[in-house]
Amino acid sequence: MMPDWLPPAALVPLAPLLGALVLTLVRDARAGAIIAIIASAAGLAFACRLPWLMGSGLFVLVDPLSAHVAILTAFVGFTTAIFSYRYILVELASERIKASRVRQYHALFMSFLGFMLMALLSNNLGVTWVAIEAATISAVLVVSLPRSANAVEASWKFFLLCGVGIALALFGTVVLYLAAFPALGSGYAAMTWTELARAAPDCRGPMLNLAFVFMLVGYGTKAGLAPLHSWMPDAHAEGPTPVSAVLSGSVLNVALVVILRLRGVMQANADAIDPGPPLMALGLLTVLFAAFSLWGRRDVKRFFAFSTIEQSGLAAFAIGLGGVAGTFAALLHITVHTLAKSALFQCVGRAAQRKGAQSFQAIGGLIVSDRALGLTLATAIIAVAGLPPFGLFSSEVLIISETMRLHPYLVPLLGIGLIVSGWQLIARLISLCLGEPSDSPGPAVSWVAMIPAWVHLAIVLGLGIAMPVSIAAWLAAAATVAK
Amino acid sequence: MEHFGYGTMGYDVAHMLGGGVLLLSFALLSQRRIAALINIYALQAIVLAAAACWQGFAQDAPHLYITAAIAFAAKGVIIPLALHRFVHRLNLSGSVDTALGIFPSMALGVALVALAIMVVLPTTSQSQALTREDLALALSVVLLGLLMMITRRTVITQVIGFMSLENGLILAAVGVEGMPLVVELSVAVLVLVAFVVFGVFFRRLRAQFHSLNVEHLDRVGSAHR
Repeated sequence: MMPDWLPPAALVPLAPLLGALVLTLVRDARAGAIIAIIASAAGLAFACRLPWLMGSGLFVLVDPLSAHVAILTAFVGFTTAIFSYRYILVELASERIKASRVRQYHALFMSFLGFMLMALLSNNLGVTWVAIEAATISAVLVVSLPRSANAVEASWKFFLLCGVGIALALFGTVVLYLAAFPALGSGYAAMTWTELARAAPDCRGPMLNLAFVFMLVGYGTKAGLAPLHSWMPDAHAEGPTPVSAVLSGSVLNVALVVILRLRGVMQANADAIDPGPPLMALGLLTVLFAAFSLWGRRDVKRFFAFSTIEQSGLAAFAIGLGGVAGTFAALLHITVHTLAKSALFQCVGRAAQRKGAQSFQAIGGLIVSDRALGLTLATAIIAVAGLPPFGLFSSEVLIISETMRLHPYLVPLLGIGLIVSGWQLIARLISLCLGEPSDSPGPAVSWVAMIPAWVHLAIVLGLGIAMPVSIAAWLAAAATVAK
Repeated sequence: MEHFGYGTMGYDVAHMLGGGVLLLSFALLSQRRIAALINIYALQAIVLAAAACWQGFAQDAPHLYITAAIAFAAKGVIIPLALHRFVHRLNLSGSVDTALGIFPSMALGVALVALAIMVVLPTTSQSQALTREDLALALSVVLLGLLMMITRRTVITQVIGFMSLENGLILAAVGVEGMPLVVELSVAVLVLVAFVVFGVFFRRLRAQFHSLNVEHLDRVGSAHR
């Protein structure tokens, strides 16, 4: 049975991390991919038990919010590990990744996933910080794996910007500890999320403000919020595609969950500023900036990275709206966007391999040349563009109606951002999927490879058309935790 | 805590050491020669180690000695030696290009320190004198590290700027009474790991660009936009 010192929730991050350790010893590409699939499946299986393990300890925190995002992260990690199996074999055959690097790829991918889950389930701000930092280092190393000059540049930029962001977040953590010091005294209590939430009214308000600014900028960098978003397009464009699929979901979610918890602490304190307006301003700025940045992109992955930045800004905006309704909309949006965007990146990865390039010029007429791939990609783009009947439509309607209720003058700005980006996405759908097919030097893509993406899109569709009452209640519980 | 009242020995020494770290940040900002930059960074790490030691003694917190030892060994000795080796092997010695001249960057640095003091002191009015001033000093060091990363163009100076920024973080963490060990250790680990990452980067950058000038790094952005 389980030893006492190891809480069952700790198994969730431990499974991928152990997998990463084993993978450092495995040379064979196929065996490595299979071990990665097993490790991430174990992580997902343990994560699915989380709803029955609610509670908090000194280091572990399982509440509906962390359980929900952990299940989501573990699920995307699992399907992406399946996707990686074939993706890496094709990359090996085309010599874009050297055989000696494949071992590093799987090990780093699993350690990235493990540290993300650790950050989500940690009750201690210090541990959360260390886990996010370790995940960043893993991600940087993965992005640099293709060893092209561009990949090295992209990972360097990624590392410097996120390193600075993370450093500022640590400074914010120290200040937050100081703010909680009079209420909770010295020791671990003042660094624990649950204790902080309880004692928030007695913390020093002005110091909470200072902590909030640093943590918002620091973790905001990781969430890709403007103006510190510029690492994201490069990292997405140059790194291996499975990493884009996970990066665009989990890193951003983890950072937003931290900001969400911090918002709860700020709101409970009478002396602290209202965290809503700064979050909304930053979110709106990000949405508008990213929407107009979509124009004139030539690289497919770079284009969709800007779309991810835009969605992250929208989620931050919804978090800033506050209240249970706003938080519910933010969580729903994070969930459906993560699923739809990772499906989209899986398709883009296959398409880039099939066409031998990742520029818009080189990819065209996918529906004619590869029917399953083209149709799946088109569906994923429609989902990400926020068109009905997919889940992003519901979440965006919720966000806009809540904005209409609380701050009606912001609706036009938000609308401009959403319309511009939706329009760009649909325009790109036409050029990618319809028309005359372009040259296809790469291996054909069978429909079997599309199954993970179909599962993602089916969930997004289900949440859009008919969300089960139980899931709505579950999301509402998560939103109430962090209201 | 009686050790840290205004005018006591504990206050004076801690204040002096924190001020020393800040002074060395300015020295980093004013220096163009790479070898000298590395030496100043090492000196800053050693002063930081002394500050951590003193806090460990005054707060009666033995774990801070470990922080001090790590700062001294890793950042005061091992990393500077390795950097010197790199610079020597890659033939990089000489002076650094600056995006902003020495005088304007020093003036900006002074403005940043003023900003840090104006931000920290009013928000911490209920805390004890030392914590407030330590935090203001630490924030100044962090901001000066950022300034150095922005205004100096080579990879090696950006790395040194980043590491001096982290010195500021440790200064903040050790100055806070009773802060659990997690933070100090994690920062120390970060620096070690980060250095490994940096080391790998250096080698690759060298192979791919034959120069460590970060202006080459604009290529991804401009070509694929």
